[in-house]
Amino acid sequence: MSVPSPDVPSPGAPEMTGATSPGVPEMTGATSPGVPEMTGATSPGVPEMTGAPSPGAPSPGAPSADPPQTTGAVPPVLRVRNLIKEYGEGDARVRALRGVNLDVERGDYVAIMGASGSGKSTLMNILGCLDIPTSGTYEIDGADVGRLDERQLAILRNRRVGFVFQSFNLIPRMSALANVELPLVYGGIGQAERRTRALAALEQVGLTDRVHHEPNQLSGGQQQRVAVARALVTAPALLLADEPTGNLDTASTGDVLEILDRLSASGRTIVLITHENDVAAHAKRVIRLVDGEIVEDRRQAPVDGPPPRMTEKAAAR
Amino acid sequence: MNQLEILRFALRGLLANKMRSSLTTLGILIGVAAVIMLVAVGEGSSQSIQRNIQRLGANTLTISPQFSGGGGGGLRGQGGGGNTGPRTQARQLSLADAKALTDKTLAPSVRSVSPVVTAPSSTAAYGAASHAISQFVGTYPSYFEAVNKPVAEGTYFFNDDVLAARKVVVLGQTVVEELFGTVDPIGKQVSVSGVPFTVVGVLKEAGSTGMQDADDVAIAPLPAVQQSLSGFGSLSSIVVQATGSEATTAAQAEVTAILNQRHGIKNGNADYRILNQATLQETVSAATGTFTVLLGAVAAISLLVGGIGITNIMLVTVTERTREIGIRKAIGAPRSAILGQFLLEATLLSLVGGLSGVLVAFVGTRFTVAGIEPVLVPSSVALALGVSVGIGLFFGSYPANRAAKLRPIQALRHE
Repeated sequence: MSVPSPDVPSPGAPEMTGATSPGVPEMTGATSPGVPEMTGATSPGVPEMTGAPSPGAPSPGAPSADPPQTTGAVPPVLRVRNLIKEYGEGDARVRALRGVNLDVERGDYVAIMGASGSGKSTLMNILGCLDIPTSGTYEIDGADVGRLDERQLAILRNRRVGFVFQSFNLIPRMSALANVELPLVYGGIGQAERRTRALAALEQVGLTDRVHHEPNQLSGGQQQRVAVARALVTAPALLLADEPTGNLDTASTGDVLEILDRLSASGRTIVLITHENDVAAHAKRVIRLVDGEIVEDRRQAPVDGPPPRMTEKAAAR
Repeated sequence: MNQLEILRFALRGLLANKMRSSLTTLGILIGVAAVIMLVAVGEGSSQSIQRNIQRLGANTLTISPQFSGGGGGGLRGQGGGGNTGPRTQARQLSLADAKALTDKTLAPSVRSVSPVVTAPSSTAAYGAASHAISQFVGTYPSYFEAVNKPVAEGTYFFNDDVLAARKVVVLGQTVVEELFGTVDPIGKQVSVSGVPFTVVGVLKEAGSTGMQDADDVAIAPLPAVQQSLSGFGSLSSIVVQATGSEATTAAQAEVTAILNQRHGIKNGNADYRILNQATLQETVSAATGTFTVLLGAVAAISLLVGGIGITNIMLVTVTERTREIGIRKAIGAPRSAILGQFLLEATLLSLVGGLSGVLVAFVGTRFTVAGIEPVLVPSSVALALGVSVGIGLFFGSYPANRAAKLRPIQALRHE
């Protein structure tokens, strides 16, 4: 890795400007990240490798500036401090999260495990900016989410976070392509580029032949792969998956996990929720949640290496 | 986020439920069309009434005798029974009264005075054909101008004819058709109740004014009619033409002063009454104006109902698509995009409904409705269209706002 490039003033700063001053920076951010995606699309197999050193690809003006990550002062993709979430009032009050602290490094692949009611879905929803915590702070890619207004939150959800749901949550009566294009539409990206990037994302999940099918014409596994493509298409810093294989059969589960492994190998930061050990075995790090608290944090593979299952497969060959 | 994209989303949303969208549009269509058409019908009837009044003659006062004592409210209760029976002191209108009104110094606003007698039940005959003329009028030549009855063929009669009491007559179209058919009536002799009259002219067709056929009329010199038909009694009425439309009120005051003096009326309880054409026109305008407003109000209610229909549909749409809204927000749709989409859907519904309503109204007003030719009022078109779009924005904003305000997780959990 090299020294910091002079045109990047401080680590994380371009990200912040992108979020806080809307308008022009958004537009530049919108047009530039297309390039690494395009190159990724033309060379399948290692689709994300070119984009890998800079997972913060949408940062405006500096798509190839990887140095900030090496300077120690780089914030983790996710920093959670003392996160508490309570539901209800008075006697009916339920504490879903009781002070969660968590750092996720760039390129990590984290599985959060726990029984139902352990608060893992609540945590996931808060991390995805879909819900707000009762107290505590958390930063995504250096941006303190608690201090963002509604508009900036929308931009954050659009650019920095890709969310994959258990129940797919594709929009009905819209083709797979249109569904994948949707985040780019809200990101203000032009039609031609949108199309190219959406097609590239669909190619990554192996659905080139299902581009014009509507969700009800696709199998569950295919729908989930479209959802993964939709989460990927904006090149987010963080990919969140809330039990992505919970509604899938074994074969489809294998497909989706393989895609996630590949994304992890290409440097994408992934956090997924599961209650299956098989699924958790794919992650580089496993966090166990009981009653809203982290009780175990186990590393299965180094952050900057490939995910464990990929290593095993390579060894088996 | 492009405006065009929002429009695309809105259109897609509407087209996803074609039946529902078209029914909602229909509600607005009916509302807008009803407002425009009913106002047009109101305006049409108002104009036709005005035209009819104008046809009676502009700037004229018609003075007729009044036998009932009920004319003045102050008299009620005095001299029991006086309300219904003829008043003893009441005097008929006489030719002398008419002559007095022509005094230029006392009545400067009066342009002409035409004494009128109407012969009762006069049957005219020509050859084998006979016809009961509903109005056989004896008067002066100034009458033609005062009551706006121009001659289409032949001539009027003149002052000479009046002085000489010549038995000449000007006939209305209906009388001519009944008596002569296709034969040219000018110069022919008709016998009216046995008295021969020479036809000198034919009046221009006036058309019917409601109940009465204005063309079923014959006009002859006053003395000729008095001699042969009505006798030299009192006048049926006196038609006074003012010098101009502004002068009618002044003329009415002058006429009142002269007649009061001549008839010895002091307490304002006149034995005649004056019908002022201008006042009549104003009164009728006011009445038809109220009528138009009433029709418009009824139609406005249907427009309001259409608007509530839009709110209802938008609420249903938002509820039904809450999950979709959640998904859109989760992948980064800003509030403005969600708000814009639903607001645009509501506006499109009302705009399409409004425009087709205007179209229907344009077609509808080309037909005659219940004998009235509707007259399109441009302001009503603008108003109805404006209100329908306003309704879309206003009634659509509540559901749209509700949709946009939802937190993603609330929307996603919605079933």
